[in-house]
Amino acid sequence: MRPARLSRRPAAPVGALLRLSDQGEDHVAQSATLGDRPAASASPATRRSLATRFRRSDSLRGYALLSPTLLVMAIAMCAPTAMMVALSFWVQSGFDITATFTLQNYEQVFSNPIFEALFLRTIAISGTCAVATVLIAYPMAYYVAFHVKKNKLVWVILMTLPFWTSYLLRVFAWKVVLGYNGAINSGLMSLGLISEPLEFLLYSPEAVVITLAHAWAAFAILPIYVSLEKIDRSLLEAASDLGDGPVARFFRVTLPLSAPGVIAALFLIFIPTFGDFVTPALVGGPDGLMLANIVQKMFGKLNNWPLGSALAIAMMAIVTILCVSLIWLSRKAQERMI
Amino acid sequence: MARDDSYLRIETVTKRFGSVTAVDQVDLSIGTGEFFSLLGPSGCGKTTLLRMLAGFETPDVGEIYIDGAPVSGTPPHMRPTNMVFQNYAIFPHLNVERNVAYGLRKEKLGREEETRRVNEALEMVKLGGYGQRKSNELSGGQRQRIALARALIRRPKVLLLDEPLGALDKKLRTEMQIELRQLQQSLGVTFVFVTHDQEEAMTLSDRIAVMAHGKALQVASPKEIYNDPTDMTVADFIGQMNFLEASVREVSGDQAILDAAGFGAIKAPARRPYVQKSARLIAALRPEKLTLSESAPEGGANSVRGKIEAAAYLGDRSHFHVRVDGLEQPIAVAGPDEQPGGGSLAEGAPVWLSWSDEAVILLERDRG
Amino acid sequence: MSKLAHLQRPNRPLMIYAIVYLAFLYLPVALLPMFSFNDSIYIRFPLEGFTTKWYAEMFGDRQMHAALRNSIQVGVIASVTATILGIFGAKAVTRFRIKGVKPVLGVIMLPLVIPPIIMGVALLILLTQADIKLSLWTVTMGHILICVPFSIVTLMASFEGFDKSMEEAAADLGDNAWWTFWRVTFPMVFPGILASLLLCFTISFDEFIMAFFLAGTEQTLPIFIYSQLRFPQKLPGVLALGACIITVTFVVVFLAQWLRGRSFGTPQAGGE
Repeated sequence: MRPARLSRRPAAPVGALLRLSDQGEDHVAQSATLGDRPAASASPATRRSLATRFRRSDSLRGYALLSPTLLVMAIAMCAPTAMMVALSFWVQSGFDITATFTLQNYEQVFSNPIFEALFLRTIAISGTCAVATVLIAYPMAYYVAFHVKKNKLVWVILMTLPFWTSYLLRVFAWKVVLGYNGAINSGLMSLGLISEPLEFLLYSPEAVVITLAHAWAAFAILPIYVSLEKIDRSLLEAASDLGDGPVARFFRVTLPLSAPGVIAALFLIFIPTFGDFVTPALVGGPDGLMLANIVQKMFGKLNNWPLGSALAIAMMAIVTILCVSLIWLSRKAQERMI
Repeated sequence: MARDDSYLRIETVTKRFGSVTAVDQVDLSIGTGEFFSLLGPSGCGKTTLLRMLAGFETPDVGEIYIDGAPVSGTPPHMRPTNMVFQNYAIFPHLNVERNVAYGLRKEKLGREEETRRVNEALEMVKLGGYGQRKSNELSGGQRQRIALARALIRRPKVLLLDEPLGALDKKLRTEMQIELRQLQQSLGVTFVFVTHDQEEAMTLSDRIAVMAHGKALQVASPKEIYNDPTDMTVADFIGQMNFLEASVREVSGDQAILDAAGFGAIKAPARRPYVQKSARLIAALRPEKLTLSESAPEGGANSVRGKIEAAAYLGDRSHFHVRVDGLEQPIAVAGPDEQPGGGSLAEGAPVWLSWSDEAVILLERDRG
Repeated sequence: MSKLAHLQRPNRPLMIYAIVYLAFLYLPVALLPMFSFNDSIYIRFPLEGFTTKWYAEMFGDRQMHAALRNSIQVGVIASVTATILGIFGAKAVTRFRIKGVKPVLGVIMLPLVIPPIIMGVALLILLTQADIKLSLWTVTMGHILICVPFSIVTLMASFEGFDKSMEEAAADLGDNAWWTFWRVTFPMVFPGILASLLLCFTISFDEFIMAFFLAGTEQTLPIFIYSQLRFPQKLPGVLALGACIITVTFVVVFLAQWLRGRSFGTPQAGGE
């Protein structure tokens, strides 16, 4: 085995590369330096050096490992989205799709009052749902983070378990509960509290909000819980030490520090509910229909895929704009605090 | 304000956590303007005691008085104490200015007045102009000062410090020690300082309470603790000490004659009540109170023969381990390297150890 | 009364709130099993009598059997594939200093934040344009897409939970990447792998929206259930099926969370 070649000074590019190489490349380095040839003609050395560079580069090896995953994402997500974008610029006539570029679909999306009404209603429902769910979940997360000493994990599992039950069944359970002959009504009636079933419970936007809030509460509570749990307890002691009673301390320290979790939760609820069609279909009634229901019909009965695509893309755009604005707003609020 | 020697009074306080007694019947009085340290190894109860002063724990038995008033029922935010936490507890979502001003909310100062106070506090900890910095841009030493400024801005009567310098590197720590001491003296605030570093405690404090296993073993000035420890644990914890088993042969007046293992007959001051005839005690000698010589000392004063087992030259002084017949452990000696008459002592050299009677400290044996 | 306004003061109102909250969360779900034993096709109070005939009816239903088989098939393939991809991905992200790791992770996590209807519809478009027939395979593909982020998150926690220097020690002692993985990494992240498998299976098993758009003639169980919902006399049977699914899901998820808690020692900042 040759000793390290610090004393040799080989020709520039190849040399520089080879000087960094380790044991396995010894003999190659030797042949290159002896001749002092420029990089281009030292082919075995260059090929080897590529392999070396690969082995040396953490980044490249990391990406190699990631490639199957990225490939799947590309095929299953990126390509379809690209296709959908393309489709949104085409037109459906009868059973054919004419592949010519047109903004017709988008014109429809933005001018048709029905769509506009649906957009607004969907934003309203999803927004209300997100805020309501966070409001009811926060105290629960706070309780487990601060007031539960033993078996925190059990509580966390209990809090989140309902989320893992079948989504369909949970929506259906609410249909059962809220219905005309459903559990609430028949229960109240048999208790003698009401004589006529309450009509507003089911087939309304309110029913959608309640059902969705319930459906997502178990999931959305997690980011809130995690951010509360992460708060350094000594910060709370410091606040106490500096004169804050429990209420002041909550508003000045706990709440601001749990803000990232709250915002994450808002997103986690808003985004899927914005695109949900099952819940409105089952408990929304005609007044509770949301955008996704129309999109579903476009790809189903109404058979207008291009328009459906345009709607879907518009939905994506609106959700993204709303989310980005929320992030920007919360940054501004944080900056004013800091 | 008149000096009150027991501004802070801890009266027979005990605190248990489950089956562990963290603080065991501790009695302490701390005066105004005093720099008082709680010193001991981890788990000795010093931090628990501090937290009880702050209000984050309540004593199970006993009471704590601040300025004469019992405080066990008072929550932390209503006490005249402020704390500097071990990990500084700087609020990450607030910048430096808002961190330091945090405790001023109740005083309802105007914007200008508040800014003035903040700047004043920052100047005091030598971080003037740092107000607009974000808290995640600060180094460890800077965070420590911010924590200090934040606590001091409220002008507390008592400042509680929980190992505030532990996370700093040696040089920074020494700097901060000096600054803390100067600050304390100029402000006249009572500092209660928790540390496990005996050098730190000795450097900074007016008085130290040495703690172990929840008990306060000795409460005295650094000098007293060093020269006159009342307990084997204290003697061993502070500085280095040689321990010899000895039994008292007789006591006359304020001097005792003992038979010490390895050293033979020795004399020692008999200051404590447990120094009685036939008592089996420990005779303790500080390494620097022993002198080494190549030849037998004149006058036949206290001396014993031995052989140098190990020698370490430290520049300003040397440390020696001397093997004495009949003793299991070598005797530690610290002293200058040079000998009168030139030459220096080397390993393997036979030597004479000598000391003066006054230097011998008599301690009770540790039970268990 | 001394106000121990310290953090750990037991808080009655909050505790009551917590219990009410849990009740709100679980009651509607608890109703399903209750009515599945009810001797009536109407889902309403008062209860009419105990019966297990709905269970018998549902378990005899051939269509249901087929749908169940399909769901299990899709679930197994999707969860295994997603977990394998997750292992590669988690290892890549936690063990290598990848340039641009944040945006890449962002892309991988996208399926978590895109409404499933959009992903389903987009995939549908691609498949039809590529002339691929809809079938259980297309459903599986969609499920893999949404399971991968979950798998990566679960496995990242596992990989980060043990010290990289153990793998380095194995390499130092002579193992190449493959052997290091089997002899050192795999045993340590095994609970994480199991958790990922269970989680992905559960997600796929219960997933309705994407399956709705991507399935051909063969149904998955959620699609079957949806189709039954329009027939009132089938309702109690559906509830019976639902009760069974809920029970199994509970057990599976409990297991998964417990395993994740175990793979890196003490359950610290709560699971997720």
